[in-house]
Amino acid sequence: MRAVLPQKEPRAVLPRRHILDLDDFSREEIEAVFRTTDGMKEILNRQIKKVPTLRGKTVLTLFYEPSTRTRVSFEQAGKILGADVINVTTSTSSVVKGESLVDTGRTLQAVRADVIVIRHSSAGAPYLLAQHLACSVVNAGDGAHAHPTQALLDLYTIREKLGHIEGLKVVIVGDILYSRVARSNLWGLSAMGASVVLCGPPPLLPAGFPPPAGVEGFVGPTLPPVTVETDIDRALDGADVVMALRIQHERTKGGLLPSVTEYARRYQVTVERMKRAKPGALVLHPGPMNEGVEISPDVAHGAQSVIQEQVTNGVAVRMAVLYLLCTREA
Amino acid sequence: MPAEKVLLTADDIRRVLTRIAHEVVERNHGVEGLVFVGLLTRGVPLARRLAERIREFEGAAVPVGALDITLYRDDLSARPQPVVRGTDVPVDLADKRVILVDDVLFTGRSIRAAMDAVMDLGRPQSVQLAVLVDRGHRELPVRPDYVGKNVPSSRTEDIQVRLKEVDGKDEVVLTRSEE
Repeated sequence: MRAVLPQKEPRAVLPRRHILDLDDFSREEIEAVFRTTDGMKEILNRQIKKVPTLRGKTVLTLFYEPSTRTRVSFEQAGKILGADVINVTTSTSSVVKGESLVDTGRTLQAVRADVIVIRHSSAGAPYLLAQHLACSVVNAGDGAHAHPTQALLDLYTIREKLGHIEGLKVVIVGDILYSRVARSNLWGLSAMGASVVLCGPPPLLPAGFPPPAGVEGFVGPTLPPVTVETDIDRALDGADVVMALRIQHERTKGGLLPSVTEYARRYQVTVERMKRAKPGALVLHPGPMNEGVEISPDVAHGAQSVIQEQVTNGVAVRMAVLYLLCTREA
Repeated sequence: MPAEKVLLTADDIRRVLTRIAHEVVERNHGVEGLVFVGLLTRGVPLARRLAERIREFEGAAVPVGALDITLYRDDLSARPQPVVRGTDVPVDLADKRVILVDDVLFTGRSIRAAMDAVMDLGRPQSVQLAVLVDRGHRELPVRPDYVGKNVPSSRTEDIQVRLKEVDGKDEVVLTRSEE
């Protein structure tokens, strides 16, 4: 079928079977996802948002945790590309009868799923599934560990709005310790050459992060260099991008925060605080938002906010991911 | 390096495109409602050149779009991942006379994909096909409306269209396929 291809056609470079985190993604791979996403966005703007690209492919979403935007985003992405999308809600599946994750995965694979999109409260669950299944696995959030497609859509939104990522100062504010979004963003932003500042109250910052420099015998993961800051005003100085993270009310119950009110007073991204960032700095939030807690309503819905664009770009990025996984060379 | 036989020189390509541009205007009784849609990659500069010729002798601008057929291909799992480059058609195609433009017509599968893609963008009044080279070996019932040159070729031969905008020079050559 040579005739379909133009001569010297450039190739995508995403040879991987699974997307589990961005920690092993190269800059070239992230750029390949971006290039593909550019093409997908054009489809989203059409009157008829439908192409037959993944006709005959089946995408299964397996969500062990509640989610609106991520699940709907994957569902919409798969359907626009012509795939059959089946949503498995664990509360109405055999999971409630005690079926193991791997057995559930094997059952879903046996019905000829091509891609399983999984969200799980336990870190590592998608990795376990990927070890046992021949089909592709996409991590849609595992515990406090990783959320690679969210990070990809954040990166894509930043690149779309500011034209580049390299050299930007990106400040992530909030519950860093428990944030899979922050973790995946850290890898992706670092791979793309941004400088990352993590900001939050000390109990919500990971211990030993960044890795202790010069500590003899330290054996740990090679983490990208980051700056950790507990003072939001200092953190925001000269920022190009500010990403606020949701504060979960469990943190106050667990004793990590004195109160939500106290957190809001010290760490809320407000109009006043945004004046410390560069003019035109972007405001991102992975959602769902607690307006008035981690972000003020006038920032969340202000001119600098790209939170709605993040949601739209999420569909395009997930279209790109599904396309790249389903069309890789066997 | 396989031996190359030049089928069309730069001058030949210029003359051929001028002829096709005249044929397009004659067949459509003018330029009203015409849209050129080039297939990425080399169909796009060819479409632009056709529109430029028409502008020169008719004084009318015909819109030109670029069509990426990657998402409509029927062999996506059979080859390395093709890059999605995106479609850019600047006008609504509803009720327009769309002229698809490609460099080489071979099996017809690209054109089938292109027709599907165009239909998803709107409902044109008609779709016509202009190609620089028709090399035969059709696998689908596709017939071009405008042909620069018919080149009966064997499957072991390869037709390469080179254009200034993409390759730095204009020529069409026939080579023995390396496969």
